[in-house]
Amino acid sequence: MAGASHSEVFASGDEGCGAALALALARDTLAAAATNPLSETDDRRMVLWVQDRDAIKRGGRPYLHGLPADLRHRLIHVEVKSPADALFALEEGLRCRDLAFVLGEIAGNPRALDFTSSRRLSLAAEKHGVPLWLVRLDARPDLSSARLRWQARSAVSPPARWNAHAPGIASWRAELFRARTHPPGTWTLRDDGGNLVAAGSPASETSGSPHHGDLVRAAGGRSLAAV
Amino acid sequence: MAIWFAQLAVDRWRLSDAQGEKGGTDAEPYALITETAHGPRVDAANRAGAEAGARPGMMLADARTLCPEIKVAPSDPAGDLAFLEKLALWSRRWGPWSALDPPDGLIVDVTAVAHLFGGERRLLADARKAFAERDLDVRLAIAPTAGAAWALAHYGRRTADGGSILPGGQDMAAQLSDLPVAALRLDGDVLTVLRRLGLKKLGDLAGVGRDALQRRFRNRKSPTANPLLRLDQILGRLPEPLLPVVPQQVPLVQRRLMEPIRHRDLLDQVLHDLAHDMARELEGMGKGARRLELGLWRVDGEVLIRALELSAATRDPAHIKRLFAVKLDDIDAGFGIETVRLRASWAEPLALEQGEIEASAENHGTSLNAFIDRLTVRLGQNAVCRPVPHASHLPERSQRWQPPLEPEPASQGELAFNFRPLKLLDRAEPIAVLYATPDGYPRSFQWRGAVHEVVRVEGPERLAPEWWREKSSARLRDYYRIEDREGRRYWLYRNGIIGDGRGGMPAWFMHGFFG
Repeated sequence: MAGASHSEVFASGDEGCGAALALALARDTLAAAATNPLSETDDRRMVLWVQDRDAIKRGGRPYLHGLPADLRHRLIHVEVKSPADALFALEEGLRCRDLAFVLGEIAGNPRALDFTSSRRLSLAAEKHGVPLWLVRLDARPDLSSARLRWQARSAVSPPARWNAHAPGIASWRAELFRARTHPPGTWTLRDDGGNLVAAGSPASETSGSPHHGDLVRAAGGRSLAAV
Repeated sequence: MAIWFAQLAVDRWRLSDAQGEKGGTDAEPYALITETAHGPRVDAANRAGAEAGARPGMMLADARTLCPEIKVAPSDPAGDLAFLEKLALWSRRWGPWSALDPPDGLIVDVTAVAHLFGGERRLLADARKAFAERDLDVRLAIAPTAGAAWALAHYGRRTADGGSILPGGQDMAAQLSDLPVAALRLDGDVLTVLRRLGLKKLGDLAGVGRDALQRRFRNRKSPTANPLLRLDQILGRLPEPLLPVVPQQVPLVQRRLMEPIRHRDLLDQVLHDLAHDMARELEGMGKGARRLELGLWRVDGEVLIRALELSAATRDPAHIKRLFAVKLDDIDAGFGIETVRLRASWAEPLALEQGEIEASAENHGTSLNAFIDRLTVRLGQNAVCRPVPHASHLPERSQRWQPPLEPEPASQGELAFNFRPLKLLDRAEPIAVLYATPDGYPRSFQWRGAVHEVVRVEGPERLAPEWWREKSSARLRDYYRIEDREGRRYWLYRNGIIGDGRGGMPAWFMHGFFG
């Protein structure tokens, strides 16, 4: 299954960009999968969001009224005390066939999250076809078997449509620093009404987007995350 | 048919003491007492005690004055009620259903049943014999209505054979006119009123006239306070619904072991067998278990109980076994476990399903129910939940958490006027903000040791406190959506404004993060 893989997003715990970028990438993957004519038009599968206690303390909990409208009624939130429990919950989630994707937030570099456990997660995600997006708050990029590893931070948003002084739609500076199948690069991404689009970024235009080869087509609504 | 156990508490005490009718402690004056705030009070007394002067409701000190050698035992009203429930089920042998008439009576519906026993007379004789064999003192009556049967059982003339029958189709009012008004099952104060009015018998009530009674008790709606309603119920002019006692069978399987087991793998095997037995039991009833209790009886008399609650009805033995396996880790077998019992104390209807299709799907992953059960067993009941909207405009109160598979409560649709952050802090964190007083935009703020320069801002969105539930000193909040120089988007608020008379300088808080 395309996109059913394990990705990591590294972000600071003092801003909301990590979870937001992971959500945007995950929804983009789902939307890309939904172009398959055989798949269901209306996805009603639940979404799992696992947070360990430290991540909740740093970055807060998901807020219903700020979630994308199509996720509001199908979110299952799991609060765990320790990173080991978080890994257990993530792996159980990946084994469940009724979940659309699994999003995890783990703060720091806990001892439990070593290469072996990340390999377990990758294998479970690929075997059962449930994508995993693991947000690492305030973490060093240590050894991991994630297929895609992003470094995320907030980018200055484009001007808002009605109020030039207001913050615009969410934009992120996403740096793909480790990936299996394509060269690393940096993009400025923004969530444009459910589609993830890349703003023109001279630094990366030559290196190409992860799987399409050029960003002009990527901006036409195709997925950056499905690899 | 009404059955009145005239001495239920005393009979039960005597039976539990294993005393004969005449010999043993029953020959001595005995009283069953309850401890009250004013000292022990007599609930019931046996025959010798009653002859000596002890009456129900009397203080024990008064009874001791009358009969210094009276002995006491504690009374047990809860046990009496449980005993009465069992008797209610047992007495369904005389009719299709029976109802409790607490504290010490039963009503059995014997409509169109009497011919099976050879007539009403023989039905009564059979019931009396059955209760006499159990040493229970009963008074029985059969009447066309439940109320009339109750009245006859309690206040009818005691006949030689101990039961009375009121044949239907005749003038019931005339036959019941000799009974006292207490036979109407009225409250004590209503009986006092009737006594003061000089109405002592049911016949007297008929003499007063319906209109007068109606006027006198026109504001009494409850049947126990309105003699006219009760009279109509006795005579069958008004319906009197009764609540039947229905036995519920709890699915229960158990294994008694020849050899006490002390090792975990043997216990797992027993659990495996029990789970399969339970699945078969539940399948026969067309039900699935929601709560399961596993009892382990140890050789040394200790009982270990492990309970399990499931998010949805299930009877999958492998699932049950796996969930219990986690709970059995801390079992101390001691000298060995001799009996293991599995009980489904809460079961819900679960339709039979085709096994093979589900089994093949199982290879491709677990279902949502099984997934949630596994998480809750390891992480606890409250760790797994989902957000649902709640009717409040305060951000932190406008969402609540509930178990993930419960249906979402009905709520009003949201108006998409305002942006809300993706994530909200559990507790808003205080920040130091530079802003133009009294209510200007924030210019820069300090939070978690870093200084953020505000570049773009939208606001304020003013949220008033919920005056109907908060203290009058709660302050309004002005929310600002800001973006700092590096593009980080936050949700801040100022608690109060200068001069609102609810505290000093307003404080600023960081409350949420936008994507």
